[in-house]
Amino acid sequence: MVLTIGIVRESYPGERRVATTPEVASQLMKLGYGVVVQSGAGAEASFSDEAYRAAGCEIADATSAIYNQCDIVLKVRAPADEELGLLRSGQTLISFIWPAQNPELLKTLTERGVTALAMDSVPRISRAQKMDALSSMANIAGYRAVVEAAQHFGRFFTGQITAAGKIPPAKVLVIGAGVAGLAAIGAARSMGAIVRAFDTRPEVKEQVESMDGEFLMLDFKDEDGSGEGGYAKVMSKEFIDAEMALFGEQAKDVDIIITTALIPGKPAPRLITAEMVESMKDGSVIVDLAAEQGGNCELTEPGQVVVKHGVTLIGYTDLPSRLAAQSSQLYGTNLRHLLTDMTPGKDGELVVNMEDEAIRGATICTGGETTWPPPAPKLSAAPKAARPAAAPAPKPEKKRSTGGPVIAMALGALALFGLGAVAPPSFMAHFTVFVLACFVGYMVIWNVTPALHTPLMSVTNAISSIIVIGALLQISSAHSLIVWIAGFTVLITSINIAGGFAVTRRMLEMFRK
Amino acid sequence: MISAGIVTASYVAATILFILALGGLSNQETARRGNWYGIIGMSIALMATILGVVTQHYAILIVALLIGGSIGIVLARRVQMTQMPELVASLHSLVGLAAVLVGFANFMGHSTSFAGVELTIHNIETYLGILIGAVTFSGSIVAFGKLSGRIGSKPMTLPARHWLNLGLLLAAIWLGHEFVQQAAADGGMLPLVLMTLVALAFGIHMVMAIGGADMPVVVSMLNSYSGWAASATGFMLSNDLLIVTGALVGSSGAILSYIMCRAMNRSFIAVIAGGFGTGGGTTAASGEIEGEIVAIQPDETAEMLVNAKEVMIVPGYGMAVAQAQHTVYEITKVLREKGINVRFGIHPVAGRMPGHMNVLLAEAKVPYDIVFEMDEINEDFPDVDVSMVIGSNDIVNPDAQEKPDSPIAGMPVLEVWKGGTTIVLKRSMATGYAGVENPLFYKENTRMLFGDAKESLDAVLKAL
Repeated sequence: MVLTIGIVRESYPGERRVATTPEVASQLMKLGYGVVVQSGAGAEASFSDEAYRAAGCEIADATSAIYNQCDIVLKVRAPADEELGLLRSGQTLISFIWPAQNPELLKTLTERGVTALAMDSVPRISRAQKMDALSSMANIAGYRAVVEAAQHFGRFFTGQITAAGKIPPAKVLVIGAGVAGLAAIGAARSMGAIVRAFDTRPEVKEQVESMDGEFLMLDFKDEDGSGEGGYAKVMSKEFIDAEMALFGEQAKDVDIIITTALIPGKPAPRLITAEMVESMKDGSVIVDLAAEQGGNCELTEPGQVVVKHGVTLIGYTDLPSRLAAQSSQLYGTNLRHLLTDMTPGKDGELVVNMEDEAIRGATICTGGETTWPPPAPKLSAAPKAARPAAAPAPKPEKKRSTGGPVIAMALGALALFGLGAVAPPSFMAHFTVFVLACFVGYMVIWNVTPALHTPLMSVTNAISSIIVIGALLQISSAHSLIVWIAGFTVLITSINIAGGFAVTRRMLEMFRK
Repeated sequence: MISAGIVTASYVAATILFILALGGLSNQETARRGNWYGIIGMSIALMATILGVVTQHYAILIVALLIGGSIGIVLARRVQMTQMPELVASLHSLVGLAAVLVGFANFMGHSTSFAGVELTIHNIETYLGILIGAVTFSGSIVAFGKLSGRIGSKPMTLPARHWLNLGLLLAAIWLGHEFVQQAAADGGMLPLVLMTLVALAFGIHMVMAIGGADMPVVVSMLNSYSGWAASATGFMLSNDLLIVTGALVGSSGAILSYIMCRAMNRSFIAVIAGGFGTGGGTTAASGEIEGEIVAIQPDETAEMLVNAKEVMIVPGYGMAVAQAQHTVYEITKVLREKGINVRFGIHPVAGRMPGHMNVLLAEAKVPYDIVFEMDEINEDFPDVDVSMVIGSNDIVNPDAQEKPDSPIAGMPVLEVWKGGTTIVLKRSMATGYAGVENPLFYKENTRMLFGDAKESLDAVLKAL
């Protein structure tokens, strides 16, 4: 039986994203699924109904039609109450659900017998990175945060020296160097700002520096902020004090602060106090990416842009939605990867394989049973600090005992003298020539560029047909059999001479600058 | 017609020209001149010998030269660049055969009269010349068969093959002794013929036991043997030109073999002993490989290439098989026009003979100043945005550096995985000739483009 995938229009106010782009839809069809899209679902993200139709999707008018018709429903936001009523037993729902924050929703979904996969619960393991929608959304949020900051900041990011005077570069502080933080560092750097970043996890220092940001070190030893699954954890009191002192100092200096500090399942830590905001220069901007979880800044108002103490505080909670086309594309691709893994036969048959760690983690309920939270992930995606030194210690160079060559030389000399003692002088003369020629060959060949190895071989091959001389010496023999053998030898060696030189020439002609 | 002194003088000139030829071949700028030196040297040697030594049977001589020469030129014109290894191997077999024939003819002619130690030495020279010639001949024939696909490229490993080789060697030594004894009394034809058969069997068995990936070593080794055969013939005929030329070729082939072995971090003996890449128990030692394969489509590949600044192309035998070098260059041209820096990284043992990839790329008109050898570019990989691995496997296997128990541990490899993204073009997930799993394919920044290299690349080119 071929299953049908339905894409509904997001009902949440202000939500511009759509779960699947036309491009992703056509790839879903390659997996064997039928795809039905609600009319206008992609309009806000600039994907028209025509584009979906062109990709081969069916278009349905009402949300209820989709829920009735389809076996799998793809969404961005968790379903609203009226949508919950439309879900039926055996249906599969894939969207952001946040089961920890929405226990009621989880209960309802379980009761209705729905198989629900929460994109926010995809475990953070290397293999599941391609379906990690949190990362792709965070990436967009980080970028958009810089764009919003630039919008509200009254000056250039980059420094310039112009005829009308010198412009200092803007200074940006990014707190929390997760995916969003790193994206913000990259975006701000590429606009020319001076970017500093702070994180409680010391191992991200390298990542910050790789984005060309400056990592602020806290003079505080012995505490690592890495928690399970590469996320941050709550820090000790002393650590937080030291951290706050650092932020207080930085607030006076920087023009823009972008905060992205989140601890899973906890309200966002308060990092920027009202006093710090007050101490900032007029015209400064704070973008609080943690606004939805209460904000990293004391004065943030979720969903709003407010000006307090001369500082613009941006508390948008829908930054990915503000870059709807991009986020729909990435989210859709994440969904597509998940569905690819769940469709091993590429035959439009959905398999919820609970043995698969990624799918197991994302599935929060199925067949009337709650399966959340999943067992702890086996692997941490964070750089393994404890990993044994990556490069094995270089093996000690094999020590060549000096005795070896000496013995070899002594043996060689003995053999040589032994030969000289018995062999006639004529042979020794030839032998001298032979040994010298070997050395000449060695000296001449040693520096050949590898690119010329093939031509070198064909030319030495042609030259080794000098053996024809041997046949020429014999061809004048009185013995007719020898004459014929010699004649044949001349024939095959001349194949070699002509062929070898000609093919070498042909090859060398091709080498050009 | 001309005096012996002038003949000798011509031989000296020819010797010098041959040395200059080999010297010239060491560098792109002088290579063409080097080839001409070789041609001139050969012509001088031939003319001097024909005019100074040959006294009759000119008709046979001229006809043989003309027929042979034209066959050679036709072969050289017709051969595809991807078939170069086969051509070289078959030409080696001719030198081997010539050495055998000259040796027999010389033995039958008894033109020289030696006595005592001189006779013994002369007979040993004859014997060695035929022996090396026969091994070269049959070995080259088998190598030709393997390279052209007429014989399977898997190594054939007979039970107790090392004992068999030893037995053949002992037989050859014993026959040699018999031959010297009998030849002193004007006999010895029988041991000589028997030895020839033994040597032929040895050549066949030796090359049969060597796997496809070790062919670069085999081809250069046979090249070396053909030189030693010429040299031994020179001793037999007391001809310094043959001795010198043979020694030049012999030592150059030996050095090439050594360079190839070093590029695989294997000892020469181990390669010649053969049996490498027998497959079986492929992942036994390599343990679990983490991660999974991400396949991509040609149009995505094209997009990644266009968005890159630094592209590195790593060709392998797969490119030769698919004859994809022209498409590769078309892609390179398009990318370079867009201001993308495209370079080629060549592993010393990529392909089936030394320098195989360079010849193919040159055939496709890739300028040689963007083609680099491994040591020149291996440190640049961290700056490369996209590396494209076309039909190679073992030479880009990170296990060689990371897993000390891997069969290819310690072999120098191209460190593509240190770059941004690696695109691997591959027919399927089969292992390379070494029979080792390649964790590169499972790396997070690796994408696999499955299918015939030529077709895939054509699609990429179209998408560009």
